[in-house]
Amino acid sequence: MKQTKTTKPKTATGMLIRRSVFAYPYVVWMAIFILAPMLLILYYAFTSDGAVTLENIVRASSWDNLRVLADSVRFALYTTLLCLLLGFPVAYLLSQMKKTTAALLSVFFIVPMWMNFLLRTYAWKVLLSAFTNMLYTESAVLLGMVYNFLPFMILPIYTTLIKLDKSYIEAAADLGANPRKTFLKVVLPLSMPGVISGVTMVFIPSTTTFAISQLLGGGKTMLYGDLIYMKVITEQSWDTGSALSIILLAFVLVSMTFMKKAERKTSDEGGGRLW
Amino acid sequence: MVSRLKKFFSGTYLGLMLVFLYAPILILIIYSFNQSKTLGNWTGFTFDWYAQLFRTPEITDALVVTLSVAAISSVVATVLGTLAAIGLHAMKRRDRLLLENISQLPMVNPDLVTGISLMLLFLFVGLRDGYTRLLIAHITFNLPYVIFSVLPKLRQSSDMLYEAALDLGCTPMQAIQKVVIPDIMPGIVSGLIMAFTLSLDDFVISFFAGNGVDNLSMYIYATARRGVNPALSTIIFVPVVTLLLIVNLKSIREERNAELQSKKVGMKR
Amino acid sequence: MKTLKKIACLALALALSLSLFACGGGSKVTLNVLNWGDYIDPDLLRQFEDETGISVKYTTMTSNEEMLVKLASADNIYDVCFPSDYLIEKLVAEDLLYAINKANIPNLSNIDSRFLDLAFDPGNQYSVPYMWGTVGILYNPTMVSDPVDSWNILWDEKYSGEILMYDSMRDTIGITLKKLGYDINTRSEDDILAAQEALIAQKPLVRAYLTDDIKMELINGSASMGVVYSGDAVYCISENPDLAYAVPKEGSNVWFDNIIIPKTSTRTAEAEQFINFLCDAEVAAQNSDYIGFSTPNAAGLALMDPSYAADPTYNPPQDVLDRCQIFQDLGDFVKVFSNAWTKVKAA
Repeated sequence: MKQTKTTKPKTATGMLIRRSVFAYPYVVWMAIFILAPMLLILYYAFTSDGAVTLENIVRASSWDNLRVLADSVRFALYTTLLCLLLGFPVAYLLSQMKKTTAALLSVFFIVPMWMNFLLRTYAWKVLLSAFTNMLYTESAVLLGMVYNFLPFMILPIYTTLIKLDKSYIEAAADLGANPRKTFLKVVLPLSMPGVISGVTMVFIPSTTTFAISQLLGGGKTMLYGDLIYMKVITEQSWDTGSALSIILLAFVLVSMTFMKKAERKTSDEGGGRLW
Repeated sequence: MVSRLKKFFSGTYLGLMLVFLYAPILILIIYSFNQSKTLGNWTGFTFDWYAQLFRTPEITDALVVTLSVAAISSVVATVLGTLAAIGLHAMKRRDRLLLENISQLPMVNPDLVTGISLMLLFLFVGLRDGYTRLLIAHITFNLPYVIFSVLPKLRQSSDMLYEAALDLGCTPMQAIQKVVIPDIMPGIVSGLIMAFTLSLDDFVISFFAGNGVDNLSMYIYATARRGVNPALSTIIFVPVVTLLLIVNLKSIREERNAELQSKKVGMKR
Repeated sequence: MKTLKKIACLALALALSLSLFACGGGSKVTLNVLNWGDYIDPDLLRQFEDETGISVKYTTMTSNEEMLVKLASADNIYDVCFPSDYLIEKLVAEDLLYAINKANIPNLSNIDSRFLDLAFDPGNQYSVPYMWGTVGILYNPTMVSDPVDSWNILWDEKYSGEILMYDSMRDTIGITLKKLGYDINTRSEDDILAAQEALIAQKPLVRAYLTDDIKMELINGSASMGVVYSGDAVYCISENPDLAYAVPKEGSNVWFDNIIIPKTSTRTAEAEQFINFLCDAEVAAQNSDYIGFSTPNAAGLALMDPSYAADPTYNPPQDVLDRCQIFQDLGDFVKVFSNAWTKVKAA
């Protein structure tokens, strides 16, 4: 890919610029509906009575609040890991099937999500209290979160894996790689873009969920979503709420940057080895 | 032998996962025929909840709002987001990273903050119509999911395809339509599905960004205080599953017929 | 994937046709109502629409403060809302309410005078009583051997793992203040600190902090006692007659949900018509029977089954009310409450 660019630089960049035009409608949308509200949040987070200040950020990063953030991140990490462990095999097995069977089955993995998530969470409550003594524990919260986020891990991985040509796997086997080696050196690196997408789509939203932890955790832990609700709604203190979201934002953006660096490393390595 | 064992294990695994996914739904369906409004307290069989459901226009209105907002917002987000991903993918690395990071914002921001900041924005621009506000809000939070499910497909596909199409005389639009889009279709479809799913479930953003229009999730979250009509649970699920089954079985049958056909042709030769 | 595409198309077609359906509205006057979920008999909405030709668009919210966020926004479209006492006090102070023309609400005479002219809205300039009740302990006498007459039983180690607390800052800190003998509307940081410590000490005994699910847990016997609103207690007892309700001797909270018209409403005449309709004796009786919460409508209560008036849960005697307090707007002091609540929850 890079070679194409260097051998015919003019045409390549010319076309690249033209293709980026497709992003413009979105960029306009983003400016109005994502950036403008974001600026509003920044404004509230960094001002007090019209004067620029760090007061809100300092107040929002109190020891209690940071502990709540740490708890939420811990839950989000566990959720992401479990979703990956449970969802990757599903995506992989689906991708190995005949196309029609896979299509039908993948539908079966999505449809449960079309029933309202609050109702699903209520149903878990009934199941957990009838068959286990897990209700109102951290495991119950984790279960509820994994249940709700699983499809967001399966789908992106599945869509990358179906592109994966079976001939690679066969080639690896022909060249003497055992299944384990084939999986680690061929399948895993090639599915990395999907994994990264899945991790993004599970980890980020799961840091701020609140309904699941309230319903299944019995309100015994406070998560970041609850904290923000309390500041913004109960206290009606929009500046502290804004500051709390900025802190979360900073944290997520930093961790995502690290992950992307790691991704580039692994995918470069994987690609290099494959070719 | 080994492959049969493998098949058995993979079948068992997928089966177990499906049980995990469907167990709560089965519970909800069972309890929708329960006389008591309280989940988990079985007092007798009844169809009353279904009757009540269709007698309550608040519920049917909310259902219509939910489905139409989910459909329209997921389609708009898919179109905008797919084009955005194609554009982003072709940008210089620095620009791309910046825009990708900004695109993550709606995912990172807590729903409540997104909802209220959109509410303030709508107040500022003077947009009062609740339904339009709901649509805009849903498109906005759906967009990153579409973009991040299309981007990996683009990374996987080769730029050479697009360039070859241009070399062969396609206009960029044609090249996108005929070469790039088909190549990344699975990503687009999964983005669409995720957007639809998210839109169905949202209630926090909808409450604040909307104005006097309830969707089903808002209704359920609010009525949960005094007990949800249990029939609500099956009301989206059953029609959708039926629809899906019909479509799928039909296409499987078609494919099988096609296979048989080709086999027959092969035999004749 | 082809199939998925097809499904997507089909689903879309279906939903789009539905949305066309939704947009075909008439030219009738529409009243935008914001209320708690399931807090009105939907049949009454139909009745009102049939009688007056005004159509009602009913939407729901889950907390008083959410309603405040909505009403404080200049472009809110609501015509009738149902906030509680302390929020009305705040809404009046912030000049967000329309002064009701009582000449348009003759049915106001049906309301029990005990519930008129309360401190949060002297002279009922802005609000009309809708429902009321107390906060107390709902318990299962088959599982609780001690008499339930004090908040202290919620701190009794004997019932560790069977106690349910209400997952609401104001209610839970409120009853803890009462248990400690303090004012429910205290402005003393020391009182709040004491309540915070009491709640942290209690936390290991608590099965869960819940809201609506307290009902399910008590009905099916998963817990032996929990903090509930009296109206919810009425419902739970009807589902499981084993249960009993008590308002502890230290006192508690008595609350009122009233009907208001936001200042921004452009349909105040129709809104007053709706309020008058809800104050009609028969309507109030039917509504209270449906929701299970106590009606302040004396003429309505007279029409209801006499068991309601005789039920101390539904209709608490005056001595119970005498030891209960109404919440006041906390103003900025709410931050002290919420910091304490964060510490309790994060403990």
